[in-house]
Amino acid sequence: MTVERIEQRLAGLRAEGRTALVIYLTIGDPSVEDSVACALAAARAGADILELGVPFSDPTADGPVIAAAAFRAIHNGGSFRAALETAEAVRKESSIPIILFTYYNPLVAFGDERAADDALRVGADGFLVVDLPPEEGAVLRARAKRNRLAIIPLVAPTTGLDREPHLFEGASGFVYYVSVTGVTGAGAAPLSEAAERAAGIRERARLPVVIGFGIRTSADAERAASHGADGVVVGSEIVRAIAAAASREARVAAVEQLVGALRAGLDSRPR
Amino acid sequence: MAVSALGYYDDFGGRFVAETLVPALEELENAYREHVLSAAFQNEWRDMLRHYVGRPTPLYRADRLARLLDPAQKTIGELWLKREDLCHTGAHKINNALGQVLLAKKLGKKRIIAETGAGQHGVATATACAVLGLPCEVFMGSVDVLRQAPNVARMQMLGAKVIAVESGSKTLKDAMNEALRDWVTNVRTTHYCVGSAAGPHPYPMLVSELQRVIGDEVRVQFNQQSGGLPDGVVACVGGGSNAIGMFRAFVADPVALYGVEAAGEGVHSGKHAATLTAGRVGVLHGARTMVLADDDGQIVEAHSVSAGLDYPGVGPEHASLMASGRATYLSATDEEALASTERVARSEGLLIALETAHAFARLPEIAELERNKHGRPARLALCLSGRGDKDLGTLRDRLGFGKDV
Repeated sequence: MTVERIEQRLAGLRAEGRTALVIYLTIGDPSVEDSVACALAAARAGADILELGVPFSDPTADGPVIAAAAFRAIHNGGSFRAALETAEAVRKESSIPIILFTYYNPLVAFGDERAADDALRVGADGFLVVDLPPEEGAVLRARAKRNRLAIIPLVAPTTGLDREPHLFEGASGFVYYVSVTGVTGAGAAPLSEAAERAAGIRERARLPVVIGFGIRTSADAERAASHGADGVVVGSEIVRAIAAAASREARVAAVEQLVGALRAGLDSRPR
Repeated sequence: MAVSALGYYDDFGGRFVAETLVPALEELENAYREHVLSAAFQNEWRDMLRHYVGRPTPLYRADRLARLLDPAQKTIGELWLKREDLCHTGAHKINNALGQVLLAKKLGKKRIIAETGAGQHGVATATACAVLGLPCEVFMGSVDVLRQAPNVARMQMLGAKVIAVESGSKTLKDAMNEALRDWVTNVRTTHYCVGSAAGPHPYPMLVSELQRVIGDEVRVQFNQQSGGLPDGVVACVGGGSNAIGMFRAFVADPVALYGVEAAGEGVHSGKHAATLTAGRVGVLHGARTMVLADDDGQIVEAHSVSAGLDYPGVGPEHASLMASGRATYLSATDEEALASTERVARSEGLLIALETAHAFARLPEIAELERNKHGRPARLALCLSGRGDKDLGTLRDRLGFGKDV
């Protein structure tokens, strides 16, 4: 399936007039088993795409919520390897598209080609590498392409229009538009501005556009969607809810509740 | 060594950053080409280096230390010290800080941020911001805030805001993480004044250009004061800015280049900062270089008695110079550095920084290598990168000075 799984899911939603809900979680916070359970809970509750976050010791693009989750996760077995295991476990029970969301150094340590091969083997559908602009990572990109795995490009508010074609070249799956000039979980994203840019990106990239960073509430998600984004990413809020719960049952329930509410909000939006 | 269009020194360097920062790095790269290499910028900057910093710094012949290290006069013919400790603010860091803050003004930036370990780069940046009239915020690991307290007070006195970083190992690496987070948020108005020849392209290129003044001066001074070229040049390496500044002028000559890293409690102890000696290839803070990391690619905490070397990465040009064999990298332990500090103080009346002390600690071995190569006592030039007043707290705790009076 691979990149087609992502594309088919987004195309299907678009045909139905629905907005994709992309859910991020940090693998290994508080344990890899919990991450598997929470990922499946998110899928059941209406997530359309999962981003399995590989914890990294130096998460320079993340705000305090995800950074703290990463530090906890590293001590509890979180790693790229664990993200692959999580993807494998989720894939046994669900056909939800899975993106491996990571900083680059865990892939350097694992090996670029091996990472792309193992991702294919476990049933993941693509990579999003936060600190890998298109000028870098040729080996990973070539292998991912050969394995029909998506490499999701990021576009930021600071990205000039002249740079966009370079980012879209060879891109597949969707474009991730970073809604804030800042780190994850910053909040107060200028969403109407973001959605306007996203609409232009969709036209220029000829790919669906998903908006992330700073989307916390159903209202945020609905606002981004009402301006025509193909999808929205919720990360820090999920991570926060998982961290606040005291048992696996409570974590699963919290994820189901939060994802369910986001889903209902997006689906009830008039188009 | 030539840098490629994408910022690579052979296999090392590049630009591994979030997309948000790419345009700012492109802007900085363009500014480097437009301004830093221009006559107007060079005149302004060099005028400040001369009248404000006190350049050129002296090249001092340290005969008493040479004889203490080599009483039989078999290995050390001449030992010359490049006195960067005599720069205003007490270390080479001011060369780079002044250059970058000047550049930031040309770019119309309204605010400067910096990371610091030993506090020397923080003090230098705070100083440059004070004299050039820009607000300054310095990120510093909370562990370093404690062990380099005098420099925290200096930065505050200069009007800078010091932000203690509590995440991770609470040292230089984490200060750099936090500075990058600030930059990603305020990139349109803020210049990030990186303190070492590390980080994403164009920082290694920019910082080494602003520090090459060290080696350029040594080359001229050595020829005048001793004649010809030294057999070898020596510098300590954390991120590697004083070392690359020293090496740059000699890379194309038959001069041996020696960098000395911090071995902490020993390179096999797991508590060290010897990234080149005992690290692996990885990506940290925007560059592909040598890093201290585990099998999962998690960066592991470095350790060194000297805050300025306590960093699990290194500038990419050093990784390249090691891979090609052009430069040789050795290491010295905390104990060896502390002993060197005392030895240099007693023999030459120079209170050197603990960072610099690592370079002094390997002088006997380096001199022997060079003597064996040339068949005569060697002529060496060492970059005395900074003065040690900031380390008095550590020296008092570790060596016991200042207690029994």
